[in-house]
Amino acid sequence: MTEFRYVSKPRRTKEDRRFITGQGKFVADVKLPNMKHVALITSPFAAAEIKSIDISEAMALDGVVYVLTGEELEAATASLMSGLDLPDYQRYPLASKMTRYAGEWVAAVVADSRYIAEDAAELVYIDYEPLDFVVDPEEAIKPDAPVVHPEIGSNIFFQKTFEWGPVDEDFEAADHSISYRARWSRNSTVPIETFGVVAKWNPADELLEYWASIQMPKYQEQLGTALKMPANNIRVYYDVDVGGSYGVKRGIKHSVLVGYLAMKLGVPVRLIEDRLENMIGGDAHGPDRIFDVDMAFDSDGIVQSMRMRALDDAGASPGRAPLQLGKPVTAIVGPYHIKSVQYEAISVSTHKTTQEAVRGFGQSPTNFAIESGIDKIARFLEMDRFELRRKNLIRADEFPYQIPSGTEYDSGDYHTVLKKTEDLAGLDALLKKRDALRAEGKLAGVGVSTCLEPSGGNAGFEPLFNPKNPTTTWMESAQVKIDLAGTITAIMATTSSGQGHETLAATVVGEVLQRDPNSIRVTRTDSLASLPSNSPVGSRMAIMLGGAMHGAAEKLKARLLEIAAHNLQLSVDQLEYREGDVVALDDPMVQIEWRELVEIAHRRYHDMPDGMEPGLQARHVWEVPTGGSMPTADGKVQMYPCYSFEAHIPLVEIDPVTGQVTILEYFIGHDCGTMINPHIVHGMTYGGIAHGIGAALYEKFQYNEDGQLLSGTFMDYLLPSAHEVPAVKMVDHCTPSPHTAMGQKGSGEGGYLGAPAGLASAVNDALAPLGKEILTLPMRVQDVEAVLSADG
Amino acid sequence: MKAAAFDYTRPNTLEAVIAALVEVGDEGRIIAGGQTLVPLMAMRLVRPSLLIDINHVSALSGIAVDGDTLVIKACTRQVTAEQSSDISKALPLLAKGLRHVGHTQTRNRGTVGGSVANADPSAEIPIVAQNLDAVLVAASAKGERTINAGDFFYSAMDTALEDEECLMEVRFPLWRDEKVGTSFQEVSIRASDFALVAAAAQLGTDSKGICTRAAVTVGGCAPTATKIEAIGDVLVGSDLSDAALKEAANSVVAALDPESDVHATAAYRKRVAGQIVERSLLEARAEVVG
Amino acid sequence: MADNFEKKISVTVNGKACQASVEPRMTLLDFLRDEVGLTGTHAGCEHGVCGACSVIHDGVPVRSCLMFAVQADGHEVATVEGLAEADGTLSVLQDCFWETHALQCGYCTPGMLMAGHALLQENSDPTEEDIVEAIGGNLCRCTGYRQIIEAIALAAKKLKEAI
Repeated sequence: MTEFRYVSKPRRTKEDRRFITGQGKFVADVKLPNMKHVALITSPFAAAEIKSIDISEAMALDGVVYVLTGEELEAATASLMSGLDLPDYQRYPLASKMTRYAGEWVAAVVADSRYIAEDAAELVYIDYEPLDFVVDPEEAIKPDAPVVHPEIGSNIFFQKTFEWGPVDEDFEAADHSISYRARWSRNSTVPIETFGVVAKWNPADELLEYWASIQMPKYQEQLGTALKMPANNIRVYYDVDVGGSYGVKRGIKHSVLVGYLAMKLGVPVRLIEDRLENMIGGDAHGPDRIFDVDMAFDSDGIVQSMRMRALDDAGASPGRAPLQLGKPVTAIVGPYHIKSVQYEAISVSTHKTTQEAVRGFGQSPTNFAIESGIDKIARFLEMDRFELRRKNLIRADEFPYQIPSGTEYDSGDYHTVLKKTEDLAGLDALLKKRDALRAEGKLAGVGVSTCLEPSGGNAGFEPLFNPKNPTTTWMESAQVKIDLAGTITAIMATTSSGQGHETLAATVVGEVLQRDPNSIRVTRTDSLASLPSNSPVGSRMAIMLGGAMHGAAEKLKARLLEIAAHNLQLSVDQLEYREGDVVALDDPMVQIEWRELVEIAHRRYHDMPDGMEPGLQARHVWEVPTGGSMPTADGKVQMYPCYSFEAHIPLVEIDPVTGQVTILEYFIGHDCGTMINPHIVHGMTYGGIAHGIGAALYEKFQYNEDGQLLSGTFMDYLLPSAHEVPAVKMVDHCTPSPHTAMGQKGSGEGGYLGAPAGLASAVNDALAPLGKEILTLPMRVQDVEAVLSADG
Repeated sequence: MKAAAFDYTRPNTLEAVIAALVEVGDEGRIIAGGQTLVPLMAMRLVRPSLLIDINHVSALSGIAVDGDTLVIKACTRQVTAEQSSDISKALPLLAKGLRHVGHTQTRNRGTVGGSVANADPSAEIPIVAQNLDAVLVAASAKGERTINAGDFFYSAMDTALEDEECLMEVRFPLWRDEKVGTSFQEVSIRASDFALVAAAAQLGTDSKGICTRAAVTVGGCAPTATKIEAIGDVLVGSDLSDAALKEAANSVVAALDPESDVHATAAYRKRVAGQIVERSLLEARAEVVG
Repeated sequence: MADNFEKKISVTVNGKACQASVEPRMTLLDFLRDEVGLTGTHAGCEHGVCGACSVIHDGVPVRSCLMFAVQADGHEVATVEGLAEADGTLSVLQDCFWETHALQCGYCTPGMLMAGHALLQENSDPTEEDIVEAIGGNLCRCTGYRQIIEAIALAAKKLKEAI
């Protein structure tokens, strides 16, 4: 195990200081002179034709600047992208002739204050003609269902079956098979800060400036395309603090809307979603998935093959939902040896809010579906669930391990992490505790889930799902400079939403240059000044930002050694770099100090090696490791590079009368390779588990049969508070990745990817003595009670 | 989520409150704690033209025991009631109910009278008020009017209070039975949520343990809390045996006709209500037996 | 008065009298952010559930989105900006939040700090249950609450040691 100087050591997170003093700079804190405010008018119908819009009364209200309709916006902008091969499909921020979900944005009011904008919104009169609609995804795929987008021809946004390996043969040959349905209901990560954006048009420089709460790759390019202007006429400020995102804050439609208004009206325009706008029509919805799964296995418990059909209800527009069916291909067999897989992915449209991206990009629902099957097999064979997993988990000596869909898992030691988690939980005693509760007449269960967190990001699912989109670049950039005063600055090219990237970058640069990370300034610039980035998605930043920073710092270190070599008239291999000074290996009295090296680089060109650029600055633009290959003809592709692993063991108690599930204890073992900052990693893992608790037990975007969202406020969409999240106990393990300089893997999605599966496992263990099970999330109070009180 | 425009007045006396109510008629609203009212205004579901802030009317704040009655002035903060030794000694059922009301922060502003006047179908204080046959006293230009709790709650968010009335106080009769046991059971999704189903129970016994009085009220199963009058027939005179309690709980279910909402179906509430009532009776009995 | 019913108010914020002429419908939250210019207090839901807007009003923590600014006329409000000393020295609680990394995105943090601060003012030896109760009305989506609870417990311990 490498011993690091700074990496993996306790260190306070730099960014925290501004937040604990209330000095964060969130988009709602951005105040520009003469700034105007937007409020949205949304459709109340699941589907309707817009017959007319009367804005006259709204426009007459004092303080109203403008009312924008879909017709005007559509004429002036280009369609937003879908990422799929849907050539006739168009999408704009505001609906024009038709609305396709209750909550869809139809018009936007611009006024001197948000208060007045909301007053005016009530004075816009829209004549709708309600149309037929469909809200059930299984109804929507039928040929006679009302079609959401007639121009596409059907409600199927995407449908494809992948077959990796001889699935039919493997099913034939296996001793047994099971079939089941697992349902992941619509929920999302719901950050406490809604999406917000401010746009300002600067006509003198022909520059459209943006401050936004975003987590969105290729943001400015998409805006430029939609606004029909060059992307370098747009400047996005990356130093806006983002109040949580966990995947969702894409904001393209919001940003196109305010960009257009800012240019048209000549004033800065601000849209901060209120919570109602956010929940019903923002980027707030996530996977809504029905899994039908078959698993083939032998009597000794070895799982041979799997068929999985994933039907996902994308809502009214493709959004990111279809591609969120593609990412799980990267870990389609979970951490197991399953040798052949058939995967059918269907993305269907209904008259509901459009889904956007969510933490894990579809991996957590898929993990839940896989783990449900593993537990069912264990019950079928009357085998211990932990033992069954041990038999099927990929072994430490098998890495790198290629899975049927083509991805190679980099490294892991799943058995050790599971064992460490069992030890942390005191598994025998925990099971006895469960049994004692049962003896008292309670329902109690111990759950287990062993899941992967694919990390590093790599949009291999894009060409996999859309061969007309041949993209394999998934890079990240960093710049590091040592200035004339000898101080170090690292420059990042993206926003962050709490992952501690500044601290991560400073730690990595400090590690390489052997200088105190506290002395290293990490700054964010804007989209014009920065090098390319793909933003903190796909649990990629420890790997990619870490890698880019590492590369840039290494270049600087090499340069310092060269300068020293030149001035000491020795070769580089006769020297050692020590905390910024360079010392001759044979004679420590022979050295050049940091200060002098910096002086030479910046001011003494005559002492520089021939041809070396003056100053001390380096940049590194890094392609995702293992990336760069297109899918094969049979649908195999290397997606994400690094695989973190987590084992969850919760103990739950269920009130047999009310159906309330209480988590009594919670244990997690977590391996994300080298942790650059343990506190940051642990914090995100605790948070991920809390997200998972919400998805497993509380959160659902519930619709009625009229396509009306019933849980559009925080009174009805229930987020776990400190009362609902138990005191989680965590144990770490480190299996470094061979793909990264420090062995780090990603960890931003940790906890979330295994918690729903773990809790489902625990609840089903509690129900097992009654011969009952529940395979639909969330397992709300009313859902559990319904299962308990049902006959049979 | 910004409220529609309104005017604001902050009287210091009850007389001034009443005068403001007379002037504005049905267009005005009283604001006490605001924990229920302000979200409704933010969503523009409620749009008064005048908001009458009663938080500075000192006469509307206070807790006092007056013979066999405990009087809580309308604008008394829920946290004050929660911490009141008068209430914990004389009115333990209310003390128990208060622990379930919202969060620390909402109890810091929310008022006892506000909770009663808002009449949310699952709110805890109305459940206790109904269970104990509290008397509400309303003031208007016409003078004071007393309304029994049983007649006060019409439906969800709808009470007997007239537009020009201000709730002044809630008067809780105190039970003087030899022994009194109480219980407040609540099923909620998260710790601080409104009840899906709630049961408030108060039992009185004589020195021999025979039940002399019984009051059970169920919340969350109708547009208002439902006091189960028939409970008295089952329990009074009994020794509060397990069988008697079970019979009482079952009689409750027959009287209920709940509705479904996003959090629980009608069937859920009906199935669970009986068991929750039984739990509340068991807990109340444990206090008189011990 | 114009028919937006504006009223002149004076609210003492972090010890300083802040005067403004405001519409009655302006929430205390918006008043603090837009009139007083203290943007540390945040809007998360504007319907009283998430607690991101928590401030201390007359010594007790309340949701500032559920009060109108006019209601706070003549009253005292403390916000996150008032926790540190005038010279920037962090309060013990703030420092403990930093020490345990009791935050990530920072959006719920001011509300958490005010709830924690209010708790420690009235309870110098809180149990874990007391802490959970105190922050039970403040939602966080980043941290899972663990490191926040650790921070408040650590602050209680340090404050006790300092006496």
